[in-house]
Amino acid sequence: MLDHLINGLALGNIYALIAIGFALIFGVANLINFAHGSLFTWGAYIGWTLIVVLGMPWYLALVVAALGCGLLGILIERLALRPLAGGPPIAPLLSTVALSVVLDQAVERIWTPDPRSLPAQVPALVFNVAGVRVGLPDLLIAAIGLTSAAVLWLFLTRTKLGWAVRATAQDRDAALQMGVDVDRIQAVTFGIASGLGGVAGLLVGIYYNNVTPTMGFQAGLSGFSAAMLGGLTSVPGAVVGGLLLGVGESFGAAYFGNTYRQMISFVVLILVLMFRPSGLFGERSALSIDPGFGGFFATGRTFQIRPRWLIGIAVVALLLPLILDEPYLYRVFTVALIFAILALSLTLVAGQAGQISLGHAGFFGIGAYTSAILTTFQGYSPWVTLPLAALVAGLVGAFITYPALRVRGHYVAIATLGIGQIVAFTLLNWESVTNGPMGITRIPAISLFGFDIVRPSEFYWLALVIAVAVALLLWQLSRSHLGRSWRAIREDETAALTVSIRADHYKALAFGLSAAIAGLGGALIAHFYGYISYDSFLARESILTLTMVVLGGMSSIPGAFVGALALIGIPELFRPLADYRYILYGILLLLVIRYRPRGLIGGP
Amino acid sequence: MAQLLEIQGLRRHFGGVAAVDGVDLALQPGEILSVIGPNGAGKTTLFNLITGLFPPDAGEIAFAGQPIAGLAPDRIAELGIARTYQNQRVFANLTVRENVLLGAHRRLTAARSLDLLPLERRRSGLFSGIGLLAETALALFRPPAVGREEARIGAELDEILAIFGERLLPRKEEYAKNLSYANRRRTEIARALAARPTLLLLDEPTAGMNPTETAEVTEQIVQIRERGITIMLIEHKLSLVMSISDRVIVMDYGKKIADAPPAEVAVDPAVVEAYLGRRVRSHATVP
Repeated sequence: MLDHLINGLALGNIYALIAIGFALIFGVANLINFAHGSLFTWGAYIGWTLIVVLGMPWYLALVVAALGCGLLGILIERLALRPLAGGPPIAPLLSTVALSVVLDQAVERIWTPDPRSLPAQVPALVFNVAGVRVGLPDLLIAAIGLTSAAVLWLFLTRTKLGWAVRATAQDRDAALQMGVDVDRIQAVTFGIASGLGGVAGLLVGIYYNNVTPTMGFQAGLSGFSAAMLGGLTSVPGAVVGGLLLGVGESFGAAYFGNTYRQMISFVVLILVLMFRPSGLFGERSALSIDPGFGGFFATGRTFQIRPRWLIGIAVVALLLPLILDEPYLYRVFTVALIFAILALSLTLVAGQAGQISLGHAGFFGIGAYTSAILTTFQGYSPWVTLPLAALVAGLVGAFITYPALRVRGHYVAIATLGIGQIVAFTLLNWESVTNGPMGITRIPAISLFGFDIVRPSEFYWLALVIAVAVALLLWQLSRSHLGRSWRAIREDETAALTVSIRADHYKALAFGLSAAIAGLGGALIAHFYGYISYDSFLARESILTLTMVVLGGMSSIPGAFVGALALIGIPELFRPLADYRYILYGILLLLVIRYRPRGLIGGP
Repeated sequence: MAQLLEIQGLRRHFGGVAAVDGVDLALQPGEILSVIGPNGAGKTTLFNLITGLFPPDAGEIAFAGQPIAGLAPDRIAELGIARTYQNQRVFANLTVRENVLLGAHRRLTAARSLDLLPLERRRSGLFSGIGLLAETALALFRPPAVGREEARIGAELDEILAIFGERLLPRKEEYAKNLSYANRRRTEIARALAARPTLLLLDEPTAGMNPTETAEVTEQIVQIRERGITIMLIEHKLSLVMSISDRVIVMDYGKKIADAPPAEVAVDPAVVEAYLGRRVRSHATVP
C-alpha cells in the first residue's frame, strides 16, 4: 500500500518535471509542445551514452544531459518555431508534431530501436522509516525533482530574467513594449523546459535501469496530462498535478493491472479537458485561442488543377490493370489508395472543419478490427462487414470525440491524440475480442460474384472505386451548406455561432462521418493484408496521415490522393532508406509547413 | 407597444471587475439605439451578453417576449439577433460570397428541414443525431427544394451587396482576408443582414474608417433601419451617434448613467463628467 505511494511519488516527480516544461512553454509561446516528450527520450539517451559508453558518473551525466537537451530545445525554437511566428496557430502545432517524429526516429537510428540497459547507478539501499520501506532511488528522484522545481521557482521569482519570463507569459505585447527581448525569452524558456525534460528522462532511465526510444511518447502525454491537471499555465500547479497523477497511476496500475497504466493518464487528460479545462489551479481558462485576421491557413501558393485533368487521371487509373501487369506496382498503389481514403477522411475533419485530429489511426483500427472479427470469427461476408465497419467506426467516432468538441485549437489535437491511443490500447488489452497482442490472422478475402479478390490488380481496382466514391461524396458535401458551415467553424468558431451555426453538432457530424470513412479504409486494409494487429493503429500512423494531408493541401480532395501516393510511393523507390522513412516524413512535414503552408494543391 | 428587447438587472463580472453592473434597458421595434461611453465601460460586454457569448451572472433578457439569458449563442442567433464585432470577425479564408451566404444559415429551411424540433428540445443527443444525418443526406442528394433554396439565397446576395454600392459587388469571389479593412467591415455587416435579423447589433462599425467612409456607413445604417430592422449601435464617433440615433444610452463603469434622446444626452452633466472628468472650480480648496 505505502509502497505504491512511494513509487507513485517518485513517478510523480518525473511527471512534475515534464509538466513544468509544458507549462513554461505554453505560457510564453502559447503552444502545446508536442516535441517535449522527445527531449525526454534524448535526455535519457545522452545520459546512457555518457554513463555506459564513456563511464561518466551519473550525477555529472545528469548535468550534461540537461545542458544538451537545453541546447536542443533552443535550436528547435530557433529553427522550427520562430520562423512561423505571426502565422496561423496551426503552423507551430504541426511543426512540433513533425519535430517529435524526427527526434524519436533519430534516436532509433542512432541508438537502435532496442531497449538499452543502464546498470544500477545507486545502491539499492532500502531505509526503514517508521515502518515504511523507502528505496534510495526513490529518495534520489524526489530530491532531484523537488530541488529542480525549487531552483526554477527561485529563478522565476527572484531574478530579472525570471521576471521577464513571467512578464512575457502574462502579456507578450506589454513585455515587448517594456523592452523585454521576447524572442530571447522564448529561447531561454525552451532551453529551461527542454533541460528539465532531459533530466526527467535520464532519471527514469536510472530508476528503471533501461532506456527505450518510445519512452518519451508516453511520458510526454502523462506529463501533459499532469500539466493540464495543474492548470497548464501554473508552475506550482504542474508540480501538484505531476504528483497527483504519479500517485494515481501507481495505485491504478496496482488495482487494474499494469497494462492499464498507460490508459490512466489518457483518461485523466480527457476528464480534465471535459470537465475542468482550466485545471485544478488555473485561474483563467487557458482555452480561448482566437484566430488572428489571417484565419486558419497561412497564405501560400498552390498548383491549380482543372476538373477535366482529374477525370482523365481517374480514367487512366481505372484502365491501368488492362494494360499493365505488374503485381508489385498494384500492391503499392492499393496501399496508397487505402491511405488516400484515410487521408480523405482527415480532409473533412481537419481541412474542412479545422479540427486537427491526431487520432485517426484509432478509427482506422476500429474499422479494421470490426470487419476482421466479423468475417474471420463469425463468418459474415465482407460486403456486409465493410459498411458495418464504417458504421461502427462512425458511431464510436461521433461519441468518443465528445471531449474534443468542447475545446478548440491545439487542445483538439492533444485530445484526439489521447483518444486514438485509448482506442489502440483497448484493441491491445481487450484480448477476448481482439486477440490481444497476437492480432488477427487469416482474415478472409473479399469476393465478388463468387471470385475471391486476391490478385493485387483486382484489389487495386476495388480500392480505386471506393476511394473515388468517397472523394465524390466529400466533394458533394464540401459544396453544400454543410461544407460552408464547417469551413466557417474552422475559420472562427465564435463568429460561426453568431450566424446560428450549431458548432458542436456540426463538429460531431464531421468527426462521425470522418471516422466512418476512416473505418471503411481500415476494413479494406484488413482484407488486403489478411492480418492486423494493434500496433498498425498507433499515433505514428495518425501523424503519417496528417502529413499526407498537409502535403497535399489540408482541405483538398485531390491533395489527399497526391499526399498518400507520395508518402506511400516514394519510400518504395528508395528501398535502402526504408529505415529512415519516418524521419524523412517528419522533415518533409517541417519543410512543407515552412515553405508551402497551403500544401501542393490548396483546397477550399 | 410591446418591447422588442427588454433587459433587467443585467450583471456580469470578470474576476473582481463588474463589466456590466445592473443594467436595465428596453428597445422599441424600429428604433436605432446607440450605446456610448468611455473605453472599458462595458458596452461590448453588454453585446456579448445579449448574443449569449457568455451567460450573465444575474438579470433577465427578453427578446420579443421570450427569455434568452443563458441560451447558447447559436440559438439566440437563430431567433433573429445578428451582430458584428468590434475587431471584425469575417471568415478569412472564405470568399465574400460564402461569408454572406453563411449569414443566411438560419433561413435554410429546406436544407435543414428535418431539424424541426423546438429549440428547447434540440439538445437531446439522439434526435439531433438523426436530424444531422438527415441533413447530410439532403446535402448529398440535393432534392429540388434544396437547390431552389440555394438559388434563392444566392440571388438575394447581390441585393444585399448592392447596399454597399460598388464596394463589394465586384469582389464577390475574393477571399475575405485579401479585402481592405473597410471592406471586411462591410462584408461583416452584409453577413449579418443576410440573416434577415429582427435586431442588429453593430459594434463600432466605423472604427478605423475615414470621414467619407464613415458618412457612407451612416447612410447605410439608416437604409438598414428602413428595411424594418431594429438597430443597437456601439459607436465612438459622436457626430454619427447624434445624427441617426432615436435614443442614446451612456454607460460608465458597467452602469447605465443616461438614457435619453441624443440632444438631451449631449448636455447631461453626468455624461459630460464621464467623458471629460469632473469640473474643478479654480477656487476649490482641500477640506
